[in-house]
Amino acid sequence: MSKNRVPAIEGWLTMDEDNPQLLGYLDESSGTYFFPKDVSISHAPGHVDAELKEVALSNRGKLWSYTTNHYKPPEPYVAPDPFEPYTVAAVELNDERMVVLGQLADGVDPANIEVGMEMQLVLGKLYEDEENEYMVWKWKPVAAEGN
Amino acid sequence: MSKNDVAILGAGMHEWGKWGRNFAEYGVAAIKDAIKEADVDWKDVDFIVGGDTMRNGYPGYVAGATFAKAMGWTGIPIASCYAACATGAQAIDIARTRILSGMADVVVVAGADTTPKGFLAPNKGERGFDPDWLRFRLLGATNPTYFGLWAQRRMDLYGATEKDFAHVKMKNSRHGISNPNARFKKIYTEEEVLASPFVSQPLRLFDICATSDGGAALVITSMDYAKKKGIKNPVRISGVSTISPTFPQTVIDMPDFTTDSAAGISAPDRSFRDSIAYAAYEEAGLGPEDMDLAEVYDLSSALELDWYENIGLCKPGEAEGLLRDGATEIGGRIPVNPSGGLGCFGEAVPAQAIAQVCELTWQLRGSAGERQVEGAKAGITANQGLFGHGSSVLCTR
Repeated sequence: MSKNRVPAIEGWLTMDEDNPQLLGYLDESSGTYFFPKDVSISHAPGHVDAELKEVALSNRGKLWSYTTNHYKPPEPYVAPDPFEPYTVAAVELNDERMVVLGQLADGVDPANIEVGMEMQLVLGKLYEDEENEYMVWKWKPVAAEGN
Repeated sequence: MSKNDVAILGAGMHEWGKWGRNFAEYGVAAIKDAIKEADVDWKDVDFIVGGDTMRNGYPGYVAGATFAKAMGWTGIPIASCYAACATGAQAIDIARTRILSGMADVVVVAGADTTPKGFLAPNKGERGFDPDWLRFRLLGATNPTYFGLWAQRRMDLYGATEKDFAHVKMKNSRHGISNPNARFKKIYTEEEVLASPFVSQPLRLFDICATSDGGAALVITSMDYAKKKGIKNPVRISGVSTISPTFPQTVIDMPDFTTDSAAGISAPDRSFRDSIAYAAYEEAGLGPEDMDLAEVYDLSSALELDWYENIGLCKPGEAEGLLRDGATEIGGRIPVNPSGGLGCFGEAVPAQAIAQVCELTWQLRGSAGERQVEGAKAGITANQGLFGHGSSVLCTR
């Protein structure tokens, strides 16, 4: 029986399988976006009284850089046993002009990506337990297969 | 001489290592050496600033008091501060400000750390509100992950190679070999560095700095006090930068998930890292062309190359050329990390930015021994602390 796919963190992303998006915040008075909402005010200087509106962020951008971790990180990362290397990608969102970190989608070989490449957001499994698969956002090249 | 100059009369360090003892021991050893070198008595010290350590319990959070008590209470006012890797620069700035305001003449600045094994990790417990905890949980974004991102970008943008990174490590190992305070005294070969396992690819184990135990201290005084002691030409602190970023900060940095958005407000002309040393140059009225040496924060060997550009030694994309030409080796045009840098020390967080200034002090005095940069008259340190802390100290003589 297949497990439930639940977000690894509540309220950070839509669970739309085909077109997932990160849930960010817009301060319309300065035209500035934020993700995630760490405190409930705009960080644009002089705009602390601006209202923050929840918005779904664009899910396309350009690869800013990437790195593959070959050592198991400390807790609270939940690493598979045996540990498998994973790649962290930094992608600059086209519309929001902000770089967002995310793991590279499963099945994408980091040898085949390079800075400047067009990337898209997908849902991917971070870890699982007996009942659930815990999902996060991941990045994959627009042209590539696999998630 | 600028009206904002203060004098460094003494520097002291406890050897870096993995000793596992009480951090205060290292701090006090460094203070004893610094006041001896300054030829002042502990009872003459009228202010002390301690750089805090977050991993040594309550005494670490009140490091100024911990050191003052260990040296013997004399009733002086104390300060403690924390700014991650930039702690030392902030402590130096507090000392300098106190002196320049006329409220102190002889100030001790000290920092020391005892570090655990392995990756630095966030605080324990379920901390879903803490971005530092969440970056480990949701991304597995260790500190070297960020170093790896910056390094890979250099490769894709500027054609840096793994060999270039190895050559930074090799250079620094040649510098640090004769430094009695360095932890790793071994000259590395290209084969050894390139054979070490990947941590955050393209960075390998020997490209990434370790965490260390260590302690560093300075005795900083007013120029008048130095003069009264008959010291005509002391090493001077001519600029200190403890700046923070200007919004929007568009280079991804620990411990963040994202950069600031530049959609509404344009990014500043100078990136945060470019602005750190710039502020110290401006204060001192000097520029990169006036420097004889630099101590920069090589958290990774690749990051040292970024710093060459950030502190204005060359234009973006030219750092590999500077390295390959030998310009940043002792004997070259502008030696970088003559102490051996973090590659030879590993990081003892609250002590490290002070240790950088200890090296400048000895270099400008001409007492750095085998690693002496001939005729050094001016030098700069640069470093950046987690959560937006710039750190740069410019010294002259």
